[in-house]
Amino acid sequence: MIPLSWYVLLSAALFTIGVVGVLTRRNVFIILMSIELMLNAANINLVAFSHYLQNLTGQIFVIFVITVAAAEAAVALALIILLARNRGTVYVDEFNIMKG
Amino acid sequence: MSNSLTHILVSFAVLFTLLAVGGMLIWLERRLLALWQDRYGPNRVGPFGLLQVVADMIKVLFKEDWVPPFANKPVFIMAPAIIVTVTLMSFAVVPFAPGIQVVELNMGLLFFLAMSSLGVYSVVLAGWASGSKYSILGGLRSSAQMLSYEAFMGLSLMGVVMLAGSFDLNRIIEAQRDGWFIRYQFVGFMLFLIAGTAETNRLPFDLPEAESELVAGFHSEYSGLKFGLFFVGEYLGITLISSLITVLFFGGWLGPWLPPLVWFTLKTFFFICLFILLRASLPRPRYDQLMSFGWKVCLPLAVGNLLLTGAWILMKG
Amino acid sequence: MINQIVFLYFAAVIVLSAVLTITRRNPVHSVLFMLLLFFHIAGVFVLLNAEFLAAVQLIVYAGAILILYLFVVMLLNVDRESKSDRANRFWPWIVAFGLVIFAEIGLLVARGSFPLEGGQIMNKTGIKELGIDLYTKYLVPFEIASVILLVGLVGAVMLAKKKND
Repeated sequence: MIPLSWYVLLSAALFTIGVVGVLTRRNVFIILMSIELMLNAANINLVAFSHYLQNLTGQIFVIFVITVAAAEAAVALALIILLARNRGTVYVDEFNIMKG
Repeated sequence: MSNSLTHILVSFAVLFTLLAVGGMLIWLERRLLALWQDRYGPNRVGPFGLLQVVADMIKVLFKEDWVPPFANKPVFIMAPAIIVTVTLMSFAVVPFAPGIQVVELNMGLLFFLAMSSLGVYSVVLAGWASGSKYSILGGLRSSAQMLSYEAFMGLSLMGVVMLAGSFDLNRIIEAQRDGWFIRYQFVGFMLFLIAGTAETNRLPFDLPEAESELVAGFHSEYSGLKFGLFFVGEYLGITLISSLITVLFFGGWLGPWLPPLVWFTLKTFFFICLFILLRASLPRPRYDQLMSFGWKVCLPLAVGNLLLTGAWILMKG
Repeated sequence: MINQIVFLYFAAVIVLSAVLTITRRNPVHSVLFMLLLFFHIAGVFVLLNAEFLAAVQLIVYAGAILILYLFVVMLLNVDRESKSDRANRFWPWIVAFGLVIFAEIGLLVARGSFPLEGGQIMNKTGIKELGIDLYTKYLVPFEIASVILLVGLVGAVMLAKKKND
C-alpha cells in the first residue's frame, strides 16, 4: 500500500513549485498557472486525506475548490485582456503605473 | 485466460471495424451528398465507386508530408493524433451489444464527456502550431465554440442520467426496456444533436474550417497523412456521436427479432445519414449567431429540461 | 507493490511537468505541460478511489479552464518568442527559499507520525454518496459556490466587454 506521507510529500513538492512560479515569473499567464498548480497540490492532499480517513468531506471540498478555480480563471483572464489592451504587455513588472 | 483472450479480440475487432467504418463513411458521404444534390458522386472506381476510398487512401499516403518552416514542429505533429486517439478512446465505453464492449465502466458517460472535452485541443493546437493567420483564426473560433457547446452538451445528457439513475451506459440501455428515453427527453436529444454537430466541427457548425472564408481554417497547412488523420477523426466523431445518440435515447441494442448488434448498427447508421443530410441541407451561421445561439437558446433550454425532468421524477416517485 | 510503482510514475511526471510548466518561455508550451500534469493528477485521484473527481478534473480543469487560458494566450498573441527575461532578478533567492520550504515540510513528514500509514480503502466511493452529501450536509456551501460562479460569469463579461457607448 502507498503510505499517506507519499501523497503529502507530492503535494508539498507541487505546492512549492507553484510558489516559486508565482514569485519568480514575469509573464502573468504563468503566474496564474502557478496558482492553479498550488490549488491542485491542495486537491491532492484533500483527496488523499479523504481516502485515508474514509470521509467524503475532502472530496466535496475538492469540488468547491475546482468551482472557485473556474470562476477565478474567468475573472483573471478578463482582467488580463483588459491590462493587455490598455498597457500592451503581459509582464507584471511593467504594470508600474502607480509607482511614484 | 480465454476470457482475457476474447477481451483482447473484442478490442481489436472494435478498433479495426471503427477504422474501416471511418474510411467507408468518406465514400458514403460523397455518394449521399451527390444523391441529394442531384449529382453522381464517385462511381468509377470499383462497384458503385466503392474502391474510391482505397484510391484516396493511397493518394493521401503518398503525398508529401510537409511541415511548414514557420510552424511549431512538435505541436504541429502532435495535434492530428490527439483527435483520433481521443475519439477512439471514447469508443471504449460504448456497448455495441451485450458482451461486446471494450471496457465496462460504471461512469462510462462521464468518461465520454471527459474525452470529448479533450478533443478541442487537437483543433486549437493545430490552428496555433500552423503559424498562419487563417489557421489561428480557425483555432480561436473552435476553442470558443467548443467551450460554449460543451457547457450544455453535458447538461443535455443529465436528464437521461436522472431517468436511468446511473452513468453506466449498460444500465442506461437496460432502463429503456419498456420504452426509449426519446419519449421523455426530446429536448435533450435535440440539444445533444446540436452539441454533437458542433463538437465534431460538422456543417452547419464548421466555422473552425469554413472553406469559403478561412481556407479550411485550422488544417490549412496540413497535408498527407496528417490531413488524413483529421479527416478520419471527423468521421469517427460522427460515428461516436451517432452511436451515443442510439445508446442514450433510442435504446441501444434493444429491439425485437433481429440480433442486438444488427439493431445497434441500423440505428447508428440512421443517425450517421442524418448528419450527412444536415450537411447537405443547412447553411453555415455567422460566428456571433453561433455563439449567441449556444449561450442564449441552448443553455437555458438544457437547464429548463433538467428542471422539468427532475420535477417529473419527483412527482412520479 | 504495483500500486507503489504506479504512484511513483505519476508523482515523477507531475513534478517534472510542473517544473517545465513554470520554466517554459512560451505560454502555449506551459499550457501543454499543464495538460500532462492534469492527466496524471487524475490518475492519482483514481489511485485514491475518487473516480468521479478524476473525471471532473479532466472535464473542468483540462477541458474548460485550460482551454480558456489557451484561448486568451492565442487571442492576445503573446506567444512570440520574446528575448526579455523570463524571471525577475530575485529568482535564485526564491528558488532557494522554495527548496527550504520543501525541506521543512519533508522534515515534518519524516519526523511526525501518520497514524493512518496502513491505508484503508474507502468503502463508499460512489457518485451517489457524494451527491447525497453535497445536497444535504453541504447544501449552503454548494449554493454559495453557484453564486460565485454566477459572479465570475457576470464579472468576466463586464470586464472584457468593449465600451462602445
